[in-house]
Amino acid sequence: MATSKPVEHLERVVIRFAGDSGDGMQLTGDRFTSETAVFGNDLATLPDFPAEIRAPAGSLPGVSGFQVHFADHDILTPGDQPSVLVAMNPAALKVNAGDLAKGGMIIANTDAFNDRNLQKAGYESNPLEDGSLGDFHVHPVALSSMTVEALKGIEGVTSREAERSKNFFALGLMSWLYHRPVEGTIGFIESKFAKRPEIVEANTRAFRAGWNYGETSEDFASSYEIAPAPTPPGTYRQISGNTALTYGLVAASKLSGLPLFLGAYPITPASDVLEQLAGLKHFGVRTFQAEDEIAASGAALGAAFGGALGVTTSAGPGIVLKSETVGLAVTLELPLVIVDVQRAGPSTGMPTKPEQADLLMVLFGRNSESPVPVVAASTPSGCFDAAIEAARIAVKYRTPVFLLSDAYLANGSEPWLIPDVDSLPAIDTVFATEPNDGDRFLPYRRDAETLARPWAIPGTPGLEHRIGGLEKEDETGNVSYDPENHDRMVRLRAAKVAGIAADIPALEVDDPDGADTLVLGWGSTYGAIGAAARRVRASGRKVATAHLHHLNPFPRNTGEVLRAYEKVLIPEMNLGQLRMLVRAQYLVDAAGYNKVRGRPFRAAELADAIMALVDS
Amino acid sequence: MAEGNGNLVQLTAKDFKSDQEVRWCPGCGDYAILNVIQGFMPELGLSRERIVFVSGIGCAARFPYYMQTYGMHSIHGRAPAIATGLAVTRPDLSVWVVTGDGDALSIGGNHLIHALRRNVNLKILLFNNRIYGLTKGQYSPTSELGKVTKSTPLGSLDHPFNPLSVAIGAEASFVARALDTDKKGLTEVLGAAARHRGSAFVEILQNCNIYNDGAFDVVRENKGNRIYLQHGERIRFGEEAERGVQQYPDGSLRVVDVAEAGENSLLAHDVAHPQASLAFALSRITYETDGAVPLGVFRALEQPVYDDLMKEQLDSAREARGEGELHALLHSGDTWTVT
Repeated sequence: MATSKPVEHLERVVIRFAGDSGDGMQLTGDRFTSETAVFGNDLATLPDFPAEIRAPAGSLPGVSGFQVHFADHDILTPGDQPSVLVAMNPAALKVNAGDLAKGGMIIANTDAFNDRNLQKAGYESNPLEDGSLGDFHVHPVALSSMTVEALKGIEGVTSREAERSKNFFALGLMSWLYHRPVEGTIGFIESKFAKRPEIVEANTRAFRAGWNYGETSEDFASSYEIAPAPTPPGTYRQISGNTALTYGLVAASKLSGLPLFLGAYPITPASDVLEQLAGLKHFGVRTFQAEDEIAASGAALGAAFGGALGVTTSAGPGIVLKSETVGLAVTLELPLVIVDVQRAGPSTGMPTKPEQADLLMVLFGRNSESPVPVVAASTPSGCFDAAIEAARIAVKYRTPVFLLSDAYLANGSEPWLIPDVDSLPAIDTVFATEPNDGDRFLPYRRDAETLARPWAIPGTPGLEHRIGGLEKEDETGNVSYDPENHDRMVRLRAAKVAGIAADIPALEVDDPDGADTLVLGWGSTYGAIGAAARRVRASGRKVATAHLHHLNPFPRNTGEVLRAYEKVLIPEMNLGQLRMLVRAQYLVDAAGYNKVRGRPFRAAELADAIMALVDS
Repeated sequence: MAEGNGNLVQLTAKDFKSDQEVRWCPGCGDYAILNVIQGFMPELGLSRERIVFVSGIGCAARFPYYMQTYGMHSIHGRAPAIATGLAVTRPDLSVWVVTGDGDALSIGGNHLIHALRRNVNLKILLFNNRIYGLTKGQYSPTSELGKVTKSTPLGSLDHPFNPLSVAIGAEASFVARALDTDKKGLTEVLGAAARHRGSAFVEILQNCNIYNDGAFDVVRENKGNRIYLQHGERIRFGEEAERGVQQYPDGSLRVVDVAEAGENSLLAHDVAHPQASLAFALSRITYETDGAVPLGVFRALEQPVYDDLMKEQLDSAREARGEGELHALLHSGDTWTVT
């Protein structure tokens, strides 16, 4: 479909779709994102929804939002401020209008701005009429009634169902406004609602009606074009963090030749991984929805004892329950991948909101000396590589490994240059098959290089052995209370994990100008730090950045990098956890920038913080 | 996966003794159980590498260290969960869980009931001594009401669990009871458990001679108080088989004098009854209520097995969609190509 109206060119746009949690805003945002990805813009998304499935309609806590930032150049964040807000009701406007950039566009569903909804949202008068939105360009659109009108005459579609198609009307309008290709959405509707042809008809008609409304309504004088972003050649797809993590685990299973076993208990925001892996049984994936978080990790460890790639996925409130299993895995020295999709806490906290405050828990939240490697993803697509890396370390060193993601990475999405399967790193799996001490098998005799013990799985004749949570004698693995042996075993387990530093990439520094100030990050702040650094450099200042993907052990050159800079800033969505580690380990007087709001950093605020430090 | 040679192996009890010194208290009932199990193992007809013992924490949980098989001494209460992961990924193995009354019914109660209702192919042996032994003498979830222990100087306030009632309530497909010193009865029960595909739950009455000595003397010492359950036969017991079990119209069972009641009025045992109520009613017969303790197999019902069902799902998914291919997975959904 092509427009006949004037076209304006833009470099980038940030749109936020907002409505009731039952209005289908996540679906609308997802579809718009898919169209945008296929069109070839660079993009980043930020879904922002309440934990309640259906909070009371029209209420402020029930507002669900989806922000998508797309551009004709490479971008790193979902955008600080939306330039366009689609508000399906007064509550959505109330919650989001404050974030909108001055001069931004508001498309409001006027049908929902009735007295009752206005009152629920806390408006004394209708903001669409009282002039209070003077800073914005307001497009009042009767989304609901026009949708119902457009769907008249479809047999089997009730007027209530017709009204529910209004999100596709909105999507159609936005697709017109920003020249999005529509074929993908039509195909999506056809397959998603295949069982109900009348709903396919309804949603398709609503979608087209929205597009046509943009084209014919005098309210929209022109539409906008955002050229595709130049990107390296290859095949791309859009991917969210949880999907990338799922695929990474499957890839690790293929690369290692180990069957994947997932033990999990449903928890936000990690459940996607369980659900998606459950749909991949043709990869030999076994998913076990356990009775609790403890059993989920226990079953994964039991599977690992039997020679599977054992994985357990959760979020902070579930990870605390897995501590004893992780401790057992440390002393059994068996591979286990524990995925923590971090969310705001403590306790239940804010289940759908991101935070980076589990770092110290995964490092130290167990009894005694219990070293565990930690890998952290920093972008949605990076969850794929991080999952493979976590599995590689677990299998090679026979150790539990924590893989940290967070709610922002989990639900956020971006274009992904799909890697060539042949280019993925190898994961060498070596099971012990022969005695290693004459006729005897010593289950704790270590590999001289990696310090890993042999992985002898049940079913291997002649290597029958017993392992357990009691301290083991070096080499034989027999129960031992010998003081010197315990000291030796504690140090061996620590040395094994510390030694992984030699097997991971050095910390890379991006310092084009020779700066005095380094910004060190980890996890999902990657995008915001990168975008902030661009702003700082554009202001004529110098700043270096580095991002950690391994939190235990740190890359071998970390101390050297830190000491090469006069000033170090560590932004974190916690109260300074990496900062505490860095100061303790490297005696570097790093400063922190810490906000714990349950939302990602804005590039602008980070840029201000960096510039303040640079100028100090 | 490594495979055994598949040949039938002729092993003896000695082949199942590990080189580790057994460290239970002298006189502990666990010694008797260990001997019986080591003696029984050759009957499995499996080579040693195919057998795995998984335990939690407690005196009983030291069991795997003494078996020349694969073994894991894990975490308090978690053995059924850990063994579930092993069993479903490795259906070629014979997986045994050794647990105690505190391990299985207190800290691990949740894992026990869920392993049982799923019918995972595990043999769960619960050594019940009605006391916490390893922590030196606190009351357990099977200790009798009013029991005076170190942690209950004025008597326990907890109503105890009946392990078999719990297992039957959790939909266990195989439930049995045996006595530590009863080599013949225990061996028979182990054999039946091993032959049962699915979860097999066996309560083994075990004497703790240090902290709860004599807890089961009424059946250990007095064979007349043992009710040996035999499938298809009327339930009779006593030195002269003078006592029997009758079912009342409300479904409950009572011990009666056979001479008075008449043999034909006695209940015939049916391990495969589709309703669990018979086995449950049998589990309610205790020394305290009826002056006798049923031993043997209470219930053995063929039910779909979790491990098999999971394997079937994998097989049918592969049949329907072909072996999963990573390249195709990564390219699933909308893709676009930049040249």
